[in-house]
Parts: sequence; structure tokens; C-alpha cells
Amino acid sequence: MKKGLISVLSSVISILVGLLFGLLLLIIVNPAQAFPKFGEMLTAGVSSAPKFAKVLYQAAPLIMTGLSVAFAFKTGLFNIGASGQYTVGAFCALACGIIFQMPWWVCLLASVVAGAVWGFFPGLFKSLFNVNEVITSIMFNWIGMMAVNLLCMNLLKGGLNIMLPTAWVSSPIKDRTAALSYANPNAMIPKMGLDKLFNSNFMNISIFIAIIVAVIMWVILNRTTFGYELKACGFNKNASIYAGINAKRNIVLSMVIAGALAGLGGGIYYLAGTAEYTIQKVLLSMGFNGISVALLATSNPIGTIFSALFISYIQVGGESLQPVFAKEMIDIIIAVIIYLSAFALLTKTILSKYIRLDKSNVNAEPAPVVAAPKPAEPAKSAESEGEQA
Amino acid sequence: MSTLNVGIVIADIISSTIVFAVPLLLVAMGGMFSERSGIINIALEGIMIIGALMGCLMMRWLDPAVTSGQLGSQLGMLIASLFAGVCGMAFSVLLAFASINLKADQTIGGTALNMLAPALAIVLTWVVQGQGQTTILIPTWSRITQATLGFAAKENFLHTLLFKNMYLTTFMTVILFAAAVILMYKTKFGLRLRSCGEHPQAAASVGINVFKMRYAGVLISGFLGGIGGLAFTLAAGSGFQSSVAGYGFLALAVMIFGNWKPWSILGASLFFALFKVIGAYATTLQNLGPFFNVLFGWPAKIGIKEGQSTYFWPMLPYIVTMILLVLTSKKSRAPKAEGRA
Repeated sequence: MKKGLISVLSSVISILVGLLFGLLLLIIVNPAQAFPKFGEMLTAGVSSAPKFAKVLYQAAPLIMTGLSVAFAFKTGLFNIGASGQYTVGAFCALACGIIFQMPWWVCLLASVVAGAVWGFFPGLFKSLFNVNEVITSIMFNWIGMMAVNLLCMNLLKGGLNIMLPTAWVSSPIKDRTAALSYANPNAMIPKMGLDKLFNSNFMNISIFIAIIVAVIMWVILNRTTFGYELKACGFNKNASIYAGINAKRNIVLSMVIAGALAGLGGGIYYLAGTAEYTIQKVLLSMGFNGISVALLATSNPIGTIFSALFISYIQVGGESLQPVFAKEMIDIIIAVIIYLSAFALLTKTILSKYIRLDKSNVNAEPAPVVAAPKPAEPAKSAESEGEQA
Repeated sequence: MSTLNVGIVIADIISSTIVFAVPLLLVAMGGMFSERSGIINIALEGIMIIGALMGCLMMRWLDPAVTSGQLGSQLGMLIASLFAGVCGMAFSVLLAFASINLKADQTIGGTALNMLAPALAIVLTWVVQGQGQTTILIPTWSRITQATLGFAAKENFLHTLLFKNMYLTTFMTVILFAAAVILMYKTKFGLRLRSCGEHPQAAASVGINVFKMRYAGVLISGFLGGIGGLAFTLAAGSGFQSSVAGYGFLALAVMIFGNWKPWSILGASLFFALFKVIGAYATTLQNLGPFFNVLFGWPAKIGIKEGQSTYFWPMLPYIVTMILLVLTSKKSRAPKAEGRA
């Protein structure tokens, strides 16, 4: 219990310092507007029902990409490729809906499969050829994005670009996919009346899907043999191999699952029907924001829900900073928070001096010096997470 | 095609390859210094952005002096490049502090810096140029042209090769590369730095200050990364828009592909840049003759519409690099102690 409390507290401290830094920056840039705008930013997310709906709407894919990164972290892998998996997942969901006219849940399955395939390669290359998964993921981010662009522009049906609006309505738009509202309303994730409740078109059941998936991931990691094996590989690959765990298989599986999660994220974002996939020149930031979500949650699947909500909340708040300040102020705040959470170990050591831990536990703590390159939280054990949830 | 001259196209490809290889080489060399001292520098992308931002701001600030003739244009470029390097170095201190002093996770620290840099760049660009002005334009005097050296411009092989894409940073890279090779392999400092990346405890036991060596490694990578960022912005040519288009990450791939060794990194960066340029030129090449048409015309045969190969060819460098990484992975050997505090 105390250990969980300390993790949460150290994240909260990082957040507070990050926000303070943001305020300081606002004061430096424009002292007159700094305080009112900062206040507006902090409250924007709950200022009205539609704004809150938007927080939930953005949080759902963030939870998924965050889970993707967190899940890979647990196996000692850094999935920087969530962006590519997300993009590929989004495309396959849209293609399934627009070209094959499938219902929304089939489209979501398609996005899961596509993301899994995109995660499979980095895992395979890592386990078979020992190619660093960071590099493979980065390459596959770009390959995925360009392949999606290429397919969007080239899939023909009856001589028309089936993915583009031109095939459906008379529209000159050529840089984005057709809107689901006219291409296939069945592929839109059901709203179940939530849109009326929140008075916002952004609202649908995707946030619940994301939360359910997060809980499932928590169960897999903490209550199954498979999850235990994955985490064992993350803590010490050699020891887990010695214990008879098939580390190579686990690396591939972990990346496949991570990819599937990010792919689903892409699916639920674009199947909401409120945004179309636009031909991209740069990688989508949703995947990279997933890294922040995972780090802030110290890779705990349940924590991911809260950190995604938080990041989505201040991003919605960031829009209210404009036009006086650039909304990228928010990215600075998030970056500072992540930078501080890199010192989580240090913060935790200081905190645990003030919050007395069980004595036997203190002795069981590994020395903080042996931080391996694994971004996963090394000091955290399975049972502490159990208690936290 | 009568308007296209094979010689000029080839000269153009060579000069573009060099100008795109320069940032990759500089940044990958930077990564090499950091990693061989034992610190994983995933923040190269962020360092490049800060370098590019500060270099461009410096050029902007020097612009009146250069255009009025008070300051030589290439002297101005030298100042801007060095300023970019120093700022990249200053930014890399954040990584060094987190990973060396506080023994924080190097990947997390680096990721945070990668997020911080573009956001900071946008905010600073707004502050300097006013609301919503997100592009810092690069002054035309940054390029070395025939006029800079005082001859008349001609449209031929040699002139295209030498003057189409020539920047001071290219020459600086040659010098920096030579200096880096000597520093790494011919000096006591280089030997000590490498030992810290292989076995820091052993290095410490013979009196090497691992702490200082790793700081040096990260700071050198910051300096090279900063200049590399500016070199990329010059090569891309459309002004600074708070991004270096993933080149920092590509440089990491080039570094791994180059097996953490300077000469192999040089080869890897030229190789990657060549494929990048061929990707960009594929459509032009197709018009040069039957040979190139067969080589670059096949996307049309598999159903990719004409004019759409702009979405196809840019994938080429990534796919080729991926294949080569897999093929050469057996020989790949990272510094042993990298990432360990």
C-alpha cells in the first residue's frame, strides 16, 4: 500500500512542479495574461459538458497507445513505434469500414490485427536477429505512415479513389479519407445516447472500451503465468531463460500485443466519425504521447487510465491558451513532468524517508544504483500494484 | 527528355546526397561519442532541434549586418554554426545531469528532452517573431554560391556539383569528422572515454574519472548534434519549422548501422542519404532513359497511379536500412556498459 502511495505521490509531485514551470514560462512570455490564461487552462476541461466529452474522447486513444508502450516496458522493450502501429491500425479500420462496409466492431478487430502485424516485425527482428527494437520501430513508423498515405491515394473501386471523399460525394478534398457519416455510418462507434448526455458529437463508448482493455491488461500482467513470464523477461532476461522461460517467444508476443493495443487506439479514434485521416508528412503524435502516458503511469495499466485522462485534460486546456500563447506550452509542461519522473527513483527515496515503510520492505529494496536501461519500473513488484488497484 | 541533362542530374544527386549525409554524419558521430562513453543518447532529435533553432535565430539576428556588408556572409555562418553547437551542448547538459548525476533512466530522460525541444522551439519562435509565425526563414546568404567566391554562374556538371548545395557546414563536417576520429582513436582521452563505455568499474579502478568522461561524451554529442541540426535545416531548405523530420532518430539508426565506429558511420550516412535522394528523384530519373525507366518505373506497373510514386519512393531508404540492419546484425556490437549507470 505504502509503495503504491509513494509512486502516486512522486507522480503528483512531478505534475505540480511541471505545472509550476509552465506558469513561470507563461509569466516570462506575457506577464499580464499569464495568470488568467493559466487558470482558464486548468479549468477548461471541466468548464462545460462538451469540453469534458472532448477530454474523454482524446483520452481513449491515449490510454491505448499508453498501454501499448507500458506493456512493452514491462517486458523491457521500448515501443517507440506506437505511432506507426496506431496509424496502420487507423487505416485498416477505416479501409474495412469504407471499402468493405463492415460494422464498427469488425473494423476495430481489423485495427487490432493491423497494429499487431506492425508490432510483430520489431519483436521478430529483436528476437531473431537482435536488432534494437527502438531502431526497427522508428523505421516502421515511417514505413507505416508512408504506406498508409500510398494506399489512401491508390485504392481504386470502380475507377474511383474509394478511400477519398471524391468517390462518395462531390468534393474537391483529396488529402483526407472520406467521412464515415456518409461512407458507412455503421462503422461509427456507437454513441448509446452519450452524445445527447454530454451534448457533444465527440462522445461515444470508446472510453469504456479503453478502460476495459486496460483492466484486461492489468489482469494479464498481474494474475496470469504469461504476464509473470513477460515481466520476468523484463527484469532479467538471462535469469528468465535460465528458469525455462522462452524469452524469444515472449519478446515477439509482447511486441505483438503492444502493437495490437496501439492499433486499437487508432481504430477507436478514427471510427468516432469526428476526424478523418489526413495524408501526413510527419508521424502522428498520438503514439509519442503514449510514451508520456506510460511513463507518468510508471507502466501500470490502471495508472495509464488516469495519466491519459490527465494528459488529455491539460491538452484540452491548452487550446484555451491560444491565441495569446502557443498551445505547445502544454507539451513543455508534459515534457518537464516526464523529465522529472525520470528521477522517480530519487523522489521516491526522499519520500520514503518521510513516509515510513515497513522495515523488512526497506531491506528488500534493491540498491537504486543498478538501474538497467529498462524503462520499466524496476523497484515495483507485482504485489504492490495489486494493492494499488 | 531533351530538357534533362544526365550529367547535371547526376551532379545534382551527388551534391544532394552530400548535403543530406552531413547532418546524419554529424549527429551519428555525436551519438557515438555519447554511447561509447556509456550514455544512451536518444535525445539527439531534441538536441538537433535546439541547435537548428538557435542557429537560425542567430542567422536572423546577424542578417542586417551581413546584408549591409559589415559582416562576411560565411563568417556569419561560422558564428551561427558554432552558436548552434554550443546551444546543443547546453541542452545536452540536461540529459547528462539526469543520467549521470541523478542516475535516472536514460531513455526516459532522452524522451522527455525530445518532447521538450520542439515545443520550446515553437514557443520561442512565437516570442521572437510574433503570434502564429512558426517558420524562421533562412537568409539566402547562408549558401556558398559562385557569387560568394566571385565567379560567374554556369550550368554544367562541375558547377552543379560544387555550388548547387554548398554550405559552410559541409566543410566544417570534414574537419569535425577528422578531429573526431583522431580524438577517439589517437588520444588518451579517446581511449579513456571508450573504456568508460565498456567497463566503467575497471576504468574507475585505474583512476579514470568516469563521471567526467561521460559528461564529456554527452557534451560532445550535444555540440555535434546542434551543428547537425542546423546543417539539416539548411539542407531541407524551406526554413525552420520546429522540427528536423525524424533525422535525430535516423542518425541513431545510422550509428547502429555503422556499428559505433566513425568510418562505418560515414559509409552508413552516405548510403542512407543516397537512397533518400534517389527516392526523391525517382520520377525525374525515370525520364532520363530506358534504363532508369525500368528501374524506377515499376510502381506504375503494380497499379500505383502516375504521380503517386511520391508516396512510394520515400519509403525506400527506411526499407533498405531495415533490410541491411537485419543482414548485418550478427556483426553489430554495442558498447557493453551503455545505458548502465
